[in-house]
Amino acid sequence: MVTKTLGDRTGCFSDDEGGNMGFKHKDIIALKDLTKEEIELLLSTAENMREINSRDIKKVPTLRGKTIVNLFYEASTRTRTSFEIAAKRLSADTVNISPSTSSATKGETLSDTALNLLAMKPDIIVMRHAISGSHYFLAKRLSCSIINAGDGAHEHPSQGLLDMLTMRDKFGTLAGLKVAIVGDITHSRVARSDIAGLTKMGSHVFLAGPPTMIPPGVEKLGNVTVCKDMREAVEDADVVMMLRIQLERQGKTLLPSLREYARYYGLNPEVLKLAKKDAMVMHPGPINRGVELSSYVADGAQSHILNQVENGVAVRMAMLYHVSGGELPTE
Amino acid sequence: MGSEQTVILDGPGVKRALTRIAHEILERNKGVEGLVLVGIRTGGVHLAHEIAERIREIEGELLPVGAVDITLYRDDIKGHAVHLPVGKTDIPFSLERQKVVLVDDVLYTGRTIRAAMDALMDYGRPTCIQLAVLIDRGHRELPIRADFVGRNVPTSSKESIAVNFDASNRPTDVVLQK
Amino acid sequence: MNLLIKGGRVIDPSQNIDETLDVLVVEGKIKELGKGLKAPQGGDVIDAKGLLVTPGLLDMHVHLRDPGLEYKEDIVTGTRAAAAGGFTSVACMPNTKPVNDNKAITSYIVAKAKAEGTVNVFPIGAITQGSKGETLAEMGDMKEAGCVAVSDDGRPVANAELMRRALEYAKGMGIMVIAHSEEIALVGEGVMNEGFTATELGLKGIPRVAEDIAVARDVYLAEYTNSPLHVAHVSTKGSVRIIRDAKARGAKVTCETAPHYFSLTDDAVRGYDTSAKMNPPLREADDVAAIKTGLFDGTIDAIATDHAPHHLDEKDVEFNLALNGIIGLETALPLALKLVGEKVLDLKGLVEKMSLNPAKILGLDRGTLKPEAIADITVIDPEQEWTVTPEGLASKSKNSPWLGAKMKGAAVYTIVAGKVVYKNA
Repeated sequence: MVTKTLGDRTGCFSDDEGGNMGFKHKDIIALKDLTKEEIELLLSTAENMREINSRDIKKVPTLRGKTIVNLFYEASTRTRTSFEIAAKRLSADTVNISPSTSSATKGETLSDTALNLLAMKPDIIVMRHAISGSHYFLAKRLSCSIINAGDGAHEHPSQGLLDMLTMRDKFGTLAGLKVAIVGDITHSRVARSDIAGLTKMGSHVFLAGPPTMIPPGVEKLGNVTVCKDMREAVEDADVVMMLRIQLERQGKTLLPSLREYARYYGLNPEVLKLAKKDAMVMHPGPINRGVELSSYVADGAQSHILNQVENGVAVRMAMLYHVSGGELPTE
Repeated sequence: MGSEQTVILDGPGVKRALTRIAHEILERNKGVEGLVLVGIRTGGVHLAHEIAERIREIEGELLPVGAVDITLYRDDIKGHAVHLPVGKTDIPFSLERQKVVLVDDVLYTGRTIRAAMDALMDYGRPTCIQLAVLIDRGHRELPIRADFVGRNVPTSSKESIAVNFDASNRPTDVVLQK
Repeated sequence: MNLLIKGGRVIDPSQNIDETLDVLVVEGKIKELGKGLKAPQGGDVIDAKGLLVTPGLLDMHVHLRDPGLEYKEDIVTGTRAAAAGGFTSVACMPNTKPVNDNKAITSYIVAKAKAEGTVNVFPIGAITQGSKGETLAEMGDMKEAGCVAVSDDGRPVANAELMRRALEYAKGMGIMVIAHSEEIALVGEGVMNEGFTATELGLKGIPRVAEDIAVARDVYLAEYTNSPLHVAHVSTKGSVRIIRDAKARGAKVTCETAPHYFSLTDDAVRGYDTSAKMNPPLREADDVAAIKTGLFDGTIDAIATDHAPHHLDEKDVEFNLALNGIIGLETALPLALKLVGEKVLDLKGLVEKMSLNPAKILGLDRGTLKPEAIADITVIDPEQEWTVTPEGLASKSKNSPWLGAKMKGAAVYTIVAGKVVYKNA
């Protein structure tokens, strides 16, 4: 029998959709720190948040009066904008701080910057930082919530969640999916979040890329297989996730040229044929057309790149919503 | 739990109450013209479908039924309550110039209704909003009253009221727990 | 200084002694080891029943940060930390500010240590001027002023030709070269050991081969020039194998490792703990096993702490920005004693690695309790249990991965030239 207790909603509120499962974290720094159930909760919240984005009045009062600081030590128009829209749709006030306008250039330490920000009483700090683990450093020192918008080559949990949501939209489940991730795994925080999240949810991840860009021990991160070439990874895949290549950042010792990279590790219609018939093509963006993806593929019917972007706002709304609750009472 | 339970409405009682509410809605609105039902997740949604069914039996027309999730509009969002999963609001029709009957199972403090009305306003400007509840247990904290009530039940704030549903979401009975 | 240490278990590998004996010290020198010795006139008596009595421990690799970086540590606090850890002597690396690359700096260190130091300080001079790897430093001068070895520790001598000439020149001056063996190009921007943990944490890795090929280069240069060479802070399986093979070929190569390389793996970095950040970085379980084997079979001659104090502000930052190194003087003894429990070393072996061998490598008349030797003695309670706390550490800096850890084993008396400089009883 399905039972619903009512009449005392302001106290204990049980619900037949989520039971009494809660989100117990102050921060979201890495998907590897979350349980399968917590990821499930974030995804289902995001799914329901999506409805708000299709209304005329795209705003709910949930986080009214909350202050969210977007602290971006690395430039990122799309992630920052997505977080900002997510915050505004939940009625939070947002402040954007980026290195050019902050005191980082004056040699202020992250710790001091954060303490100064804290004096302004933000409820959530959304941070992007070039150094892996910086968010743990911050979370240990600050009482407000910290959301990771990307740290070094560590994780990019909102991207991982939106990737998973996009896949779940199509397949209904993540369990049993074959997901190929192709490109520079070593320097990719997207790859790490995808691997952490997907393998927890029961997908099998296949990696391919130049061996100069496959980090040691990566197959031990979960149900992960490192493939000898791109074709092996793409064969029979449900999803082909292409990572962005950034030669200027990754150094000249890793690759001879983008031209050769595109030949061996770029996704073109011919290689895509090896995947399942209805396989999804995804890319965290921004795309280097003709490098990771040929335009035929990027703009083709199997491309879900724009769905990813759309899901980004919903996923970030879910993240902001769930961290803003603080600790569960210990009764 | 483990406390004593009193059945306030049994199965036939719930049925009779909903039928009466359906009649009252039609009478007040002079038919089904421009009428839509929106239930508050989750019990209110089940009841809205029940009422729509009764109205169809009487008038031969199935009214549109929407669902509103009030989680994002709660006024107790601070503290632990915010951890609650967000349900989906699903109103697949325009509220613009419609007479909306908002349906919930138990009317108590009125805060849920306030949240639901705020949510509805974000979807458009209805001609009016009326409120139908199966149980009104008193203790209002906001100036809100129901237009259609299945049963008024005086309670103490220590008691709680549960509307039970079966596996196919049909109401079975209403129980008072001390 | 007259002193009688009664009834302790005397461990002196230089005389192959491991038995319960009294140690008589007269005028700062060992007079006699024996049973039932009488207390000297006007001298103290230490009851060492149940305790170990060893030649004073010698740490051949510390950073005292004096001159120039006294906000991290200085000769006063560094030697106090040494005494608290049971060390009667330390050899300090030249990466001070300015670098100890000339006799003036060496003389300053020697003079300050003599005036204000708690234990013996033996300076190590730079191999190259400013440790810049360009021009040889004046090794002869520095040796006369008191340097016991030369090293550019902290960075390698990247130019192989210069390293070759350094080995040849140092041989002529009769001074030991201590190599910081590291291939900089392979280290790149790495901040921890390259491996699964670095992959998971998204941190740039330092491959083990960066150490291995540099050790191999330096060993080959030493063999080619027929010069002695001491390799500092060995951390990899590969280095151990290369040095073992070189010794088998008869090369005059010695080496040391540090307690953290046989106590921790790169797992300690999880949580982005900057107190587990050092160079060479913490490695993996098979490296730790190889280090222990190297200690057991004699490939590794010495245990040295690489005591590297850093100010809180230099460690309390994002992982990539934190400076390399941890303090080690006050935790080395209990960590090394664990090796005895694990049967990697017996007590004589332990004293060899922490006293006799470092003295031999540096050509010092220490590390022994032979009659007429300078009475540098450490009295150890191997059972004493204690907890590492910032307040409990004598070092000016507190950058230890063992803060909060429970330790077993401690120095109870540290005796320098017959004088008790540290007492914990």
